[in-house]
Amino acid sequence: MASDLAVQVEGLHKRYGEKPALDGFDLDVRAGTVHGLLGPNGAGKTTAVRVLATLLRADGGRALVAGYDVSRQPAHVRERIGLVGQHAAVDEVLGGRDNLVMFGRLFHLGKREAGRRADHLLERFGLADAAGKPVKRYSGGMRRRLDLAASLILRPAVLFLDEPTTGLDPRGRNEVWAAVRALVADGTTVLLTTQYLDEADQLASRISVLDHGRVVAGGTPDELKSRIGGDRLDVVVRADADLAGAAAVLKGLADAEPEVDPDSRRVSAPVRDRVAALTEAVRILAARGIAVEDIALRRPTLDEVFLRTTEVAG
Amino acid sequence: MRLRWALADGWTITLRDLKHWAAQPWQIVFGLLFSVMLVLMFGYLFGGAIEVPGGGDYREFLLPGMFATTMLFGLEATYTAVTTDADRGVTDRFRAMPIAGSAVVVGRATADMLNSLLTLAAMVACGLAVGWRWHEGIGAALGAFGLLLLLRFALLWLGIWLALVLRSPEALMALQVLVWPLGFLSNVYVSPETMPGWLGALAEWNPLSATVGAARELFGNPGWGGDSWVAQHTTLMAVAWPALLVAIFFPLSVRAYQRLSR
Repeated sequence: MASDLAVQVEGLHKRYGEKPALDGFDLDVRAGTVHGLLGPNGAGKTTAVRVLATLLRADGGRALVAGYDVSRQPAHVRERIGLVGQHAAVDEVLGGRDNLVMFGRLFHLGKREAGRRADHLLERFGLADAAGKPVKRYSGGMRRRLDLAASLILRPAVLFLDEPTTGLDPRGRNEVWAAVRALVADGTTVLLTTQYLDEADQLASRISVLDHGRVVAGGTPDELKSRIGGDRLDVVVRADADLAGAAAVLKGLADAEPEVDPDSRRVSAPVRDRVAALTEAVRILAARGIAVEDIALRRPTLDEVFLRTTEVAG
Repeated sequence: MRLRWALADGWTITLRDLKHWAAQPWQIVFGLLFSVMLVLMFGYLFGGAIEVPGGGDYREFLLPGMFATTMLFGLEATYTAVTTDADRGVTDRFRAMPIAGSAVVVGRATADMLNSLLTLAAMVACGLAVGWRWHEGIGAALGAFGLLLLLRFALLWLGIWLALVLRSPEALMALQVLVWPLGFLSNVYVSPETMPGWLGALAEWNPLSATVGAARELFGNPGWGGDSWVAQHTTLMAVAWPALLVAIFFPLSVRAYQRLSR
């Protein structure tokens, strides 16, 4: 196996009764990167993470994590991974420090070493002030950060983050994002599942789009965006009556039929030569007397990628 | 080496529960107060209405049954602890860590047994305060305490198994509804011989009745006696029942734990 791969998955299958949760799932994650696993609810993201974290046995296929087979060498895998699930898996009654010391002791650190590691992690995740406070009095973002800290006690080679910001407010989400970015700077490999496209866009260097238990598209966020027709030119007209006229202008410049959204009076079309298309559009629209409220070039959003790729597969 | 780590990890998990007590002393105090309240309520409110076999003191008769009922109620504590961990993802975290599954269970069992020991001590103190005594010497009394804790130990596995199979903290209500009749359908409060035939047989064969009967005998407290085979062999049954429960629910619990990865 290529040594720069932290996670290598081939043809994983897992079914619950008649319903396949993973149906030929393949994945390569390069060491030291954040890989986003993107998909709607029920696509198989959590099942995939649970198999890779040795919590769930797959029916078929092979998965190596940090070089070890998850079904044949689970003990080796467990020494090298961290897992942050959808709930903050910490003791609610104990304080943050007691939690980290307990998990540290369970990772077989000595008493003093467990304490030092706990203090270091509390400091690093901005929880030092709340070290003695019972976790049930923590905010959602604080819990999730403590959860992250507990997953990092042994400095895992691979960290699984299963929808780490689900249920958090924007502030908590930013806190978790900052923590994840800091991890990657340290060289940890992160497999991140999310249904938030901006989250994958923000954090991941590569993305796999998962639908019905298999990967339907993959690449860097930029590659995925280019794949559905590169840049887009958006024109918002002032009057509804001009929508058809603007669409006709864009049609002449674009590779494909423009999309018209009457509600926002917006016409949108994929274009190849960004700047030429923009200047041409401005010139022709002005010449035809079409009043324009806004005109802009933009990359497609991951939402568009996502809808497009899952549509094709579905 | 592996065994040593399993024990050390088990103790770490036990310590976690002991810290819960320190963090929430009121929870322990209220738990003990509840037991004390039961003793006072049954001892003084219902006491006058029930005729004790042989004309003995009602509270002498009552206390062994209260001890055993408290052991039975411990089932709920075990259930709650295991389902809460599963629900919050703490169980998953343990399972994704390089520790033995047995360590988690040993830790749980030790914490619950320590908790039960504490509760039993409080009940005994309360019993002594209201006039209950043991009359057959300290050895026999210790034997009775041992049988009570053995019952608790057996029910521990039933609690863990139920928690792993049902996996729902909400099902605790259902469990409470089922535990109460199990407590009353016994020889704790009334004689099974006064019940309709089939119900009386059920009450006599209730594992709780065996432990209560044996404890009364060992403490030298008044009991119902009875002519049936079970009523004559309470001490044997007070060992056999828990042994059977462990033989059934220990392997089932191990299997349920392993099935979490299905």
